[in-house]
Amino acid sequence: MPTGKLSDVIVIGAGMVGAACAYYAAGAGLRVTVIDRGSVAGGTTGAGEGNLLVSDKEPGPELELARLSARLWTELSGALPARIEYEPKGGLIVAADEPGAAALRDFADRQRAAGVTAEEIPADRLHDLEPHLAPGLAGGVHYPQDAQVMPALATAHLLRAAGNRIRLRLGEEVTGLLTAPDGTLRGVRTTRGEVHAPYVVNAAGAWGGELARLAGVELPVRPRRGFVLVTEPLPRVVRHKVYAAGYMADVASGSATLQTSAVIEGTPAGPVLIGASREHAGFDRTLSPQALQRLAAGATALFPVLGTVRAMRTYTGFRPYLPDHLPAIGPDPRAPGLLHACGHEGAGIGLAPATGFVIARCLTGGEPPLDIGPFDPGRF
Amino acid sequence: MARTPAELVGAQPDPPFEITFDGRRITAVPGQSVAAALWAAGILSWRTTRTGGRPRGAFCGIGQCFDCLVTINGDPNRRACLVAARPGDAVTTQEGHGHDRLGV
Repeated sequence: MPTGKLSDVIVIGAGMVGAACAYYAAGAGLRVTVIDRGSVAGGTTGAGEGNLLVSDKEPGPELELARLSARLWTELSGALPARIEYEPKGGLIVAADEPGAAALRDFADRQRAAGVTAEEIPADRLHDLEPHLAPGLAGGVHYPQDAQVMPALATAHLLRAAGNRIRLRLGEEVTGLLTAPDGTLRGVRTTRGEVHAPYVVNAAGAWGGELARLAGVELPVRPRRGFVLVTEPLPRVVRHKVYAAGYMADVASGSATLQTSAVIEGTPAGPVLIGASREHAGFDRTLSPQALQRLAAGATALFPVLGTVRAMRTYTGFRPYLPDHLPAIGPDPRAPGLLHACGHEGAGIGLAPATGFVIARCLTGGEPPLDIGPFDPGRF
Repeated sequence: MARTPAELVGAQPDPPFEITFDGRRITAVPGQSVAAALWAAGILSWRTTRTGGRPRGAFCGIGQCFDCLVTINGDPNRRACLVAARPGDAVTTQEGHGHDRLGV
């Protein structure tokens, strides 16, 4: 079922990152076909919390990407319907003891030097920001630039906002890449036929490594499993995105064993979301009572009030993990015509707009808005 | 002549007792669910929805739909169709999620 050259670019993956790539490419005048073997936001996007964070990022390339994304998210929040639940609520990172608080202050100092707004909150002011916080914490840092979005709705509305420049092909799996005899990329083969375009963007998230292999290149994306615990609907009991200082160390770690640190936020719909666990367990969706127990314990230690309400359900997802904790963004030097936009681990919702913006620039031959060398997919 | 479920099964319950709904006295019999006692008293709604404030009561009656949530003795989100009434229970209309006092 050849469709002719109706598309300038094929984006594989209808998650947040794929949607952002499609949106900005369409905005640059390109005709885009988005293909996903499942549904919109059916993978990691639908299993996230919608973190738009600068607070957890070390100064460096990922922070620069996050800062650009934060600006783009502000723009998008004006362009997209309010139903995407964009909330510029700010983040509050808290430390249980004085050494932890000192480490937070040091981290914040270095982030401030990189342009992040970060305000130290002494212990006696923590409850002004979060009245339900446990007593006895040593202090914290407030990051007003942190925000939150409902990732599945944001993805859907981003795809819709580009109008008929984006064609969606859902429930269709890419099974191979098409190349001309001279090696030029021509498109993809799917379970339903062929789709032609001179460029293909790999936005397959945690499955980006498999997709890369179809093109004969190696991209070491691995799934890093996480669980989220969901409470019954509540009024606003948690105002910010609140997390414990240990979260940054967990994110930066490469350990395969289960790690948990409390990450807590309310949602406009009412339920409080409780994360975050990280472990390498392949694509195994088996419920882990140990992970859930630790999430609940971490959350109630930080917010004792959560011990008085019910947890209703849990969900799990797979962060697309790359070994150096940086995403792969840009053209693959080993496979002309193929671009990657995957491997954002747990930061993909936040980093999606900047990623899409960069990909659109790459596709149209424009200057990237920042140095994309550190994200070079050929670095592995 | 109207026949009640209790008559149909030949039930011989122990003596009835009182509970209250928003302060109003209602009669219940041992083993009767809160929802059944409220219905028997002609009360069909005992909760308002979170966003629209619309009235809700028993729908499925078998613990599956969670429409019949109500506050019992100050504890919100009890399924009225599953909770057996006990003497002196204070059942109160639940506004929305029932946790307003936790809001900050």
